[in-house]
Amino acid sequence: MCNTCGCNVTDGNRHLLAPAAKGNPVLGGNPAKILNGLLENNDRQARLNRARLDELGVLTINLMSSPGSGKTSLLESTIRRLDGRLRLGVIEGDLETENDADRIRALGIPAHQITTGTACHLDAHLIQGGLDRLDLGQLDILFIENVGNLVCPASFDLGHHRNVTLLSVTEGDDKPAKYPVMFRAADLMLISKTDLLPHLGEFSPERAEGCLRNLASRAPALRLSARTGEGMDDWIAWLSAEHAAYRKLLPARQTLIPRVETEGRKIHALGPEITFRPLAPAG
Amino acid sequence: MHELSLCQNLIDQLTGLTHRNEAIAVARIEVQVGVLSGVEAQLLQSAFTLSKLGTVAETAELVTTVIAPRVVCLSCRAEAEVPPNNLCCPACDSQVTELVRGHELILARVELIRDELSKLEHTNHV
Repeated sequence: MCNTCGCNVTDGNRHLLAPAAKGNPVLGGNPAKILNGLLENNDRQARLNRARLDELGVLTINLMSSPGSGKTSLLESTIRRLDGRLRLGVIEGDLETENDADRIRALGIPAHQITTGTACHLDAHLIQGGLDRLDLGQLDILFIENVGNLVCPASFDLGHHRNVTLLSVTEGDDKPAKYPVMFRAADLMLISKTDLLPHLGEFSPERAEGCLRNLASRAPALRLSARTGEGMDDWIAWLSAEHAAYRKLLPARQTLIPRVETEGRKIHALGPEITFRPLAPAG
Repeated sequence: MHELSLCQNLIDQLTGLTHRNEAIAVARIEVQVGVLSGVEAQLLQSAFTLSKLGTVAETAELVTTVIAPRVVCLSCRAEAEVPPNNLCCPACDSQVTELVRGHELILARVELIRDELSKLEHTNHV
């Protein structure tokens, strides 16, 4: 999460801070999550989002990375490569502009742009608004292109099924070591812009993957270039396999949950210990 | 900062706990902050200093305990404290480990102030 700005309050969850929300239902339920109150509200909405997506069988992938590591280019290339074999939709998150959604719509794919203003991540309430604006029954896969940021987005469950984190070769190959919370959340790491590798001798894909493995992550690490198409087949194969696995789970009322979210559910088991002290005598 | 929002929720919860336990104020709270929780203990302290003003926690002391990452190795079963960006098993180098501590954000203890002598020795768990 972001430690420098007001990023935890977005247009999507602002209403939870209003006085009417003060009687927070978390209060009596799971006391150990007390401090996590705001995230608990987010997590509850995330569960609703996921149930809604599962009802319609829409595999939802959260794309996260630094700004400029090629998320939108990857989506454009993916759309072209799939060529209608899977029906795609996109929710775009940016602080300002419709630019990214326009790029997706230009390829005939439904896209909804969320502009977050100053908030540097998407949350489950913002996504709920985005889901309302897409015809989910017509989709196989929904991509959520999160706000470019390696800190905050990792901490918010959106109700999606898989986290994909991009690391472009124009960045440092030690990013997974520098941003462990983000890269630990990845169900797949994509090393992007590999066509630039010949010009960037200091970036080692092996070292980047080594940093990921040091986080005890078993997530696959694929290398690709959206521009040249190199490695795109592996990405499409991963996507198709995840979609097939997801669809298989649905009849049994099961679903996919990002690995890091399943882990979070194991903690917060006990409530706080309450003790008392007397009012200090005056004087 | 988002720590402020978290504190606002914490204050709401403390207000509820204070009333439910017939106390008049909060004396002290202890919060465990995992290094991999995405929350900075120091920023939580600053945010709490601001958030508690004019509430039941106005004079409360916040004690944060930073919890270092701890893994259990699924290969050799060793358990060890590890740095946040190296969660491999220090005993056998295995990358197949499970994080057991260090991702938590837990309100562990709350000490409330009561005005009645009869309730002095009362201690319970909510």
